[in-house]
Amino acid sequence: MIPELGHFALILALLLSVAQAVFGLAGGARSNTAWMAASRSAVVGQFVFTALAFGTLAWAFIQRDFSVLYVATNSHSELPLFYRVAAVWGAHEGSLLLWSLCLAAWTLAVAAGSKALEAPFRSRVLGFLGLISIGFQLFMLTTSNPFKRLIPAASEGLDLNPLLQDFALAVHPPILYLGYVGFSVAFAFACATLLEGRLDAAWARWTRPWTLAAWLFLTIGIALGSWWAYYELGWGGWWFWDPVENASFMPWLAGTALIHSLAVTEKRGLFKSWTLLLAVSAFSLSLLGTFLVRSGVLISVHAFATDPKRGIFILAFLTIVIGGALLLFAWRAPRLRSSAAFEPTSRESFLLLNNAFLIAALSLILLGTLYPLFIDALELGKVTVGAPWFNLMFLVPMLPLLALLGVGMHAAWKRGLLGTAKYRLYAIAGIGIAGSLLVGGAAYGDIRPMTTLGFALALWVMLSSLAMPWARIRARQPLPAAALGMVIAHFGVGLTTLGITGVQSFKVEKDFALGVGESAQIAGYDFKLAALRDVQGMNFIGVEADVVVSREGSPVTVLHPQKRLYNSGGNPMTEAGIEVGAARDLFAALGDQLGQGRWSMRLQYKPLIRYIWLGAILIALGGLVAALDRRYRAPVQARAGEAVVPVAQ
Amino acid sequence: MKFPVRFLVPAIAFAVLVAFFFVGLQREPGRIPSPFIGKPAPTFSLESLGDPAWKVGTADFSGRPWLLNVWATWCVGCRDEHEALLAIARQNRVPIMGLNWRDDRALALRWLAQLGNPYVSVAYDPEGRTAIDWGVYGAPETFLIDSGGRVVKKHIGPLTMEAWESEFLPLLTFAEGRK
Repeated sequence: MIPELGHFALILALLLSVAQAVFGLAGGARSNTAWMAASRSAVVGQFVFTALAFGTLAWAFIQRDFSVLYVATNSHSELPLFYRVAAVWGAHEGSLLLWSLCLAAWTLAVAAGSKALEAPFRSRVLGFLGLISIGFQLFMLTTSNPFKRLIPAASEGLDLNPLLQDFALAVHPPILYLGYVGFSVAFAFACATLLEGRLDAAWARWTRPWTLAAWLFLTIGIALGSWWAYYELGWGGWWFWDPVENASFMPWLAGTALIHSLAVTEKRGLFKSWTLLLAVSAFSLSLLGTFLVRSGVLISVHAFATDPKRGIFILAFLTIVIGGALLLFAWRAPRLRSSAAFEPTSRESFLLLNNAFLIAALSLILLGTLYPLFIDALELGKVTVGAPWFNLMFLVPMLPLLALLGVGMHAAWKRGLLGTAKYRLYAIAGIGIAGSLLVGGAAYGDIRPMTTLGFALALWVMLSSLAMPWARIRARQPLPAAALGMVIAHFGVGLTTLGITGVQSFKVEKDFALGVGESAQIAGYDFKLAALRDVQGMNFIGVEADVVVSREGSPVTVLHPQKRLYNSGGNPMTEAGIEVGAARDLFAALGDQLGQGRWSMRLQYKPLIRYIWLGAILIALGGLVAALDRRYRAPVQARAGEAVVPVAQ
Repeated sequence: MKFPVRFLVPAIAFAVLVAFFFVGLQREPGRIPSPFIGKPAPTFSLESLGDPAWKVGTADFSGRPWLLNVWATWCVGCRDEHEALLAIARQNRVPIMGLNWRDDRALALRWLAQLGNPYVSVAYDPEGRTAIDWGVYGAPETFLIDSGGRVVKKHIGPLTMEAWESEFLPLLTFAEGRK
C-alpha cells in the first residue's frame, strides 16, 4: 500500500509541475496575478508530493519491503540502517527521484527567496523550472518507476553494491545532485531574461548567489567522489578522467566561468550574452552528464543499468530543453548590447581571459570524452582516450590560468594595474619561484622543470590571494564577504595545485608479494606484514592485515588494510589502510591471495595528497562566504550610481 | 536588422552533437557483432569448475543445440540474469553450459550453492583464454550453438525471459532441426 501511495504522489507531483509551468509562463506573459499565484502554490505542492514519494521509497527500504522491485535489487536484510537509507539513491530509479527532489527543493527556495524580483520575471523563472521538473518526472513514470512491485515478493534482497556501502559514497550523490540541479536556477533565470529581452545589473546580482550555491555543492560533490576513489577503489588514484567524472567536472568548469563572468556583468554591464550562454551551458552540461551516464552511449566504470529506451527519452528531453534554450538565445541575445571600454590590464580583461581558458579546458575535456563516440559513429573504429591525454591537455589552459589568476585579483575595474600592486606582485612572483626551488630541492632532493613550475604557481596563487586582503586591511578599505570568499577560494586553488604537483611528481606506487613476517621498502619507509587475521563485520567477512611501518628503525604507524567479502556475494572489496599526514599519506592495500600464505600488496607513498581535497574544501567555503554577502540580499532597486542598462535597439 | 548568425553557432553545434548521440544510441557501443555467427563454434576442453580432474567442453554436446553462458561472480549483470537462467533450465529444452570467466573457483562454487545452479556443467577459465577464442567482450554473454556445432546467436548483457522468448526460442526451434 505504501509504495502505491508513493507512486500516486509522484503522479500528483507531475500534474503540479505542469500547473507550475503553464501558470508560471502564461501568468508571467500576461502579468496575470492569479495565475502567477497559482504557479507559486503549485511549487509548494510539487515539493510536498515529491518529498512524499521520496519518503515512501525510503520507508520501503527501511522496512525491507522486498515486494518492491527496486528495493529487492538494491537492499538486503543484513544491510545496516544507514546504508538502507543511502540505498534509496544507490541505483538509477532512486537517484532520479533524488534528482527530482533536489529540483523541487531548489524551486521552493527560489519561490520563497526571490520575493524582491519583479513578479512576472519570477513567475517565468518558476515556469521554466516547472518544465524541467515535468521532464524528470515523466522520465521516471514512463521508463524508471522506482515503485514497481515484484510479485511474488523476493524473500531476500540482492544487496546494495558493496562499493557503495561507504560513508563518502552514501553522501556523495545528494551533494553532487544539489550542485547539478542547482544550475537549473541560473538556467531558468537566463531563459526568463532572454524571454523578456532585458538584462540589468540587478539580474546579475540575483543570479550570483544561486550560482555560487549550486557551484559550491558541486565542488564538494566532486571532491568527495575523488576522495572516495582514492581510499575505496584500492588503486590510490584520485582522478581517473572517467566519463562520469568528466560529466561532473564539465558543468563545474562552466559554472566557474559563469561565476566570474557574472561579476563583470554585474559590475560593468559587460559580457551579457556570453554570461547568458554560460548560464544555459552549465545546466546543459549537467543534463548532458546525466545522458552520458544513463544511456550507455559511453562505456564507463560507473555505468548504471543502461537501457536504450531510457537513452532515447533523455536524448529527446535534452534536445527540447537545451535546443530550446539555445534557440531562444539565438533569437533574443542579439538584442542585448554591452558597450563599455576597458584597459588591457583591467580586471575585465583578466576575467575575459579566465573565461577563455576555462572554456578551453572544458572543450578539451568534452572533446576527449566524446571522441570515442564520434569515431564510432563515423565508423572509423573503436578508440579510447586515456588519462595521459587528459593530463597533458588539461595543463595547457590551466598553467596560464593560474599565472593570470595571481595578477587578475589585484587589477582594478576599468583601469589598469595600480603601481603599488605591480611591485607587490613582482615580489610575490620572486618568492614563489624561490620557494618552489626550495621545496623541490630541500624537501624532495629533486629539481624538475614541471615540478618547479607547479610549486611556483601554487605558491604564487596562494601568496597573491593573501596579499589582496592584507593590502586592503592596511589601506583601511572594507573587505566585503564577496571579496573575502574570492580570496579563500583562490587560496584553495593554490593549495589544490600544491597537492597535485606534489603527488604527481613524487608519489611512489609499488606492488609486492608479501608473506607474514616479510617486509618491503618504498620511499625510505619499511612496510612489514606483521600479521593476518579474519574479521567479521555486520554483513561481510574478511581478512585484515597488520602492516607495521617504520622509518630508519623507528616505528611510524600500523596500517590495517582489509579485503572484504560481502555475505550477499559479489566481487571482493578492498579497504585500504591509510596513515594520513600533513606531508604525506602512507597507503597499503591488500590484493589477491597468491598461495603459500603470500598476498599481493600495493604500497604507496603519496606526498601532499591531502592538500588536493583541503584546497577543494576551501574553494567551496569561499563560495559559501561569497554567497552570503549581504549585498545579494539587498532590495532589487538599482542603487545610486549603478545604472540599469536598458536594451539598445 | 541583419540577423547575427554567430548567435546561432551554439544551437548548430548542439544539433550536430545530438545527431552524433542519436547515431551512438542506435549503435550501442557495447554491442560488437560476433564474427562467429553462422561459423563453427571454437572448440575447447577445460577443467570442470566443481572438479579439476574432470574435463568439460564443446565435445559434450555434439549433435544437439546448447547454450554457452559466460559468467563470473564479480559481474553484476550475471546476478541480474541468474533467475532467467534458472527458469530456462527448468524448461528443460536446451542444456546450458557455463563458462566461468576470470573468476575464483571457491567464490564461483559458493555463488552456485547460494543462488542455484542452472548449468549442466561449468567450464573453468580463470585466465580467460577460451573466452578470447569466443570473442567475449564482457560478462554476461550467452551463445546459442546449433546441433551442427555452429554459433547461431550471441546475446550481450543480462539475459531476460523476454529476450529468451523473442530472440532465442524461434532460433532454437530452427536449430533443433538443423543437423
